[in-house]
Parts: sequence; C-alpha cells; structure tokens
Amino acid sequence: MSTTDATAITGMSPLYRQWLRRERRGHLAVRIAQLAILAIVLVLWEVLPRAQIVNPLFTSYPSAIWPTFLQMLKSTPQQASILVHTSSTVLATIVGFTAAMIIGTATAAALWWWNGLYRVLDPYLVVANAMPKTAFVPIFYIWLGATLSIYGMSLAISLFVTVLMIYSGFQGIDPNKIKLAQTFGASKAQILIKVVLPGSVPTFIAALKVNAGLSLVGVVVGEFQSANLGLGYLIQYGSQIFKMNIVMTAVTILAIVSSLMYLAISQLESAVMRRR
Amino acid sequence: MLAAAASPKVELRDVGLRYFSREGETEALKGISLSIAPSEFVAIIGPSGCGKSTLLSLISGIVAPTEGAVSIDGKPVTGPSRKVGYMLQQDYLFEWRTILENTLLGAEIQGVPLAKARERATQLLTRYGLGQFLNHLPRQLSGGMRQRAALARTLCTNPDIVLLDEPFSALDSQTRLALADEIGEILRREAKTVILVTHDIGEAISMAERVVVLSRRPGQVKSNHAIRFAVADAGRLAPLVARNAPEFNDYFRTLWQELDVHVDH
Repeated sequence: MSTTDATAITGMSPLYRQWLRRERRGHLAVRIAQLAILAIVLVLWEVLPRAQIVNPLFTSYPSAIWPTFLQMLKSTPQQASILVHTSSTVLATIVGFTAAMIIGTATAAALWWWNGLYRVLDPYLVVANAMPKTAFVPIFYIWLGATLSIYGMSLAISLFVTVLMIYSGFQGIDPNKIKLAQTFGASKAQILIKVVLPGSVPTFIAALKVNAGLSLVGVVVGEFQSANLGLGYLIQYGSQIFKMNIVMTAVTILAIVSSLMYLAISQLESAVMRRR
Repeated sequence: MLAAAASPKVELRDVGLRYFSREGETEALKGISLSIAPSEFVAIIGPSGCGKSTLLSLISGIVAPTEGAVSIDGKPVTGPSRKVGYMLQQDYLFEWRTILENTLLGAEIQGVPLAKARERATQLLTRYGLGQFLNHLPRQLSGGMRQRAALARTLCTNPDIVLLDEPFSALDSQTRLALADEIGEILRREAKTVILVTHDIGEAISMAERVVVLSRRPGQVKSNHAIRFAVADAGRLAPLVARNAPEFNDYFRTLWQELDVHVDH
C-alpha cells in the first residue's frame, strides 16, 4: 500500500541477511526433496525389474526409454516417427483447449447477457459437465470419423467445465464496479467489454490451467479408439503387441508435454498478474 | 437558500420506490419531494437503511422510481445523464487499469474525444496531487489517494451535479476529515450542485448549506435545516473551520434529536 519506499533500507542489516539465508535454505530443501522423489521412483523402476522382483515385461526400464526414443525417431513404412506422433497429439490438444476457451467464453457471455437463458440451461450444463465424456469416444468415432473425433473429444471434455467456470467468474464481478460503469451511462455491451471481461482475467487463467490438462486427456482417449497417429495410439499399439518400451516412452513424453504446458501457463499467469 | 430558486437544478416530486421479491414487497422511499438549486450543497442524513443511497440512484437515473418523477433542469430523468457524476462509497478503481486509465473510464464510455479527456484527466489528477502517479496501478496508492483518483474520475466528464454516497466512509478518520475538507473545497470552487449522503452528522453540517433529514424506512423527508455560520459573511466556511464554529454544536444537537437514534438492547 505504501507509495514511497520508506521501508527499503539501503544497507542490509545482519538480521535481514540471516533471514534471507534461511529463506534460501528452505527453498533449496524443497527443490532437493522434489528431485529426490523423482530419483527414488526412477531407481526403483530400474532396480526392481532387474532384480526380477517385478516382471520387466510389464514395466520396462527407465534406461530403455532413451534408446527406444532414438529408435522411434526414424520413420518406417509401417510406423511414423515419434516426433510426428507427438506433434499430432500436441496439435490436437492445443486446438481442443483453444476451441474450448473461445466457445466456452462466448457461451458464458451469452448466459451472462440473457439471464433467462442461464436459468433454462443451468441443469443441462451441470449434467453435461458431470457426464463421463469418455463414454462418447465410440459415438464420436462413428459420427465424426477418425481425425475429427479426436478434436471433438478434446473439446467435449473441457467445454462444459469452461462454461461453468467462466460464467461463475462473470457472476463474481463486484456489482458495484458494474454500477460505476452504469453511472456513466454504459450500455450492456460496454459493461461486458470494459468491466466483466477484463475483470475475469484471473478466471480465464484458472480455466486455462484446468483445460490444458483435460484437453490432453480427451486427445489421448480419442486416439485410443480411432487414430493411427498420436501418443494415445502408440500406447494402445504398444500394449497390444506387448512392447512396454513403446508404451513407457509415449507415457514419458506425455509427462514432459504436460509439464511444458504447465510451465507455459505459469509464465502467462505471472505476465498477466503483474498488472494486478 | 432553503426554498430553491425559480428553476431548480434537481427536483423530486412525490417520489416513491418499492422493491419486490418473492418474500414480499418493501417500500424503501415514500412521498419524497425535494428541490435543489443550482450550485447548492445539500447533505442527506438518516438512520441506516432509510434509503438515502437509493435516493441517489434515482437522481442518477440508474434506478427508476415506482411513483412520482425526478427531473434535472426541468427535464424528466429517464436514464443516466451526462450532467450527473456519481461517487460511490468506495473508489472501485479497476485494478487492471492505471490511475490515468481509470480516470478516463467515463470519457471512454460516453465516447468523448479521448485526447481532450486525457488532457483534462491529467490536469485534474495533477491538481489533486496525483501527478506522479498517472501510470501507477490502484494497489500502489493509499486509501486517500485512491479516493482522490475516484473524484478525478467523477469530475473528468465535467458533470454539473455531483452525487456523493458516503464517499469517505471507507477511510480512516484523519484521512476522512482532511479529504472531506479538500473535496468540499474543490466542489464549491467549481460551483457544482452537490448532494451528499452520509450517516455522519458532523460531516453533513461542516460541508453542506442545507441538511435534509430522512425518517426510518420507508424514507420520507422529515425536515430541512439551513446551515449558516455567523462568522462567514457571504461564502461558506471550510469544513474544518466550520467544525469549530459556535453554531456547530447546536446544529449537531438538533440533528441528533431529529435522527431519533435508538440503540436496541
């Protein structure tokens, strides 16, 4: 709240330096613990099958993933390169959640605009959101065909939760901010553009976080059924021919893709929230 | 100026307002008749929940009365008017806009040429001591500065009539006194017609030329009190000076009795 930097002392006091050191140490401890967990999982995954405690046929090894990956980089007449599979999954995910954000925001805006529409559709939205969308994978395959059904699944799985989240964000805008705009004679469209939408940026970020994960789920599940391309297809294919190397490599790439999406959204969040 | 001159700036004739909900009907205001002259500074006080804030919403045109009529400059109010500026209980500065951008909100909504509005906004903010904070975000400002920015936002569209809805209630008591003084001076200097709603009797006496007392719900006009100080010959005393004038306590006692405050046990 303070507008001047009266509290900023130019020379650091020993107490402050001590506090900073303790802070840094605490931060480091958390990072070490996080890495330790990852290391323990990888070591167990490597050692247990090698010691024949678990059947390596079921689990493969972490050390097998990199060679498998290198091997799969090359495309063969039967199989596309793993990079092609990965980019197909990533593209479908991005299309899915972008479409969910745009259609979801437009729908939420329509519900905000016509309260009667919201009152009519509310139960349907709640039920649609609660439905297990993956049950529709075979239906989408029949309706939309091999490629479109994957996009459809990715959209379906994230659309309804987007509508509900963004609509409740719109509802959460302080009515006094709307009243303020009205005192200047703002039209409904002006209230939407100048107050409701910019005031909902934190909601958009939250919806983006939820959607990125959900869309990826939708794409992979869609690929299980219908595709001959994509990481979901590789997982399905690898398990059918009992090549766990392929399955685990695809799963590892999925983990990396989710981490990268999470990082990108965090970056976006801190860039946007700096204004608040 | 108890009885308004021939052509009142703001006039309410027999205004009433009812709210409806499934639980029933509430009569918020009843038979309100008020006439406010150009450049008059009127304070409205009343027990909490008597509909004083609602009265401002009616004058601003964002709520329509269920009975009677409100008019500004003799023309009936049918919606928000550019002649009216409305300052709410809190600043409600948009946290995603800079102070300058916040000040320009009204101009943007009303479609006024922005270059001119920006010039005026900068001028106002500078005059209110915020010249160095044009590109700051609201959270970087103190409560008093934020409220001054809100005043600049209200005055940027250059309204003739300024409605103040307990604009100091969210501030600490020192800032409140200083800011009431400052804002009172600004509005008087610009010869605005001002309607101040407050629950603070002292604020009403020190700032206004006339105090209107409303009754409990449904709010009705209970009485009108012209506030005059012997030491001030023609003009008005600054609010902080008025608080020390001998008449202040008399007015305070009268209004306190009028308000008829009961503390429930």
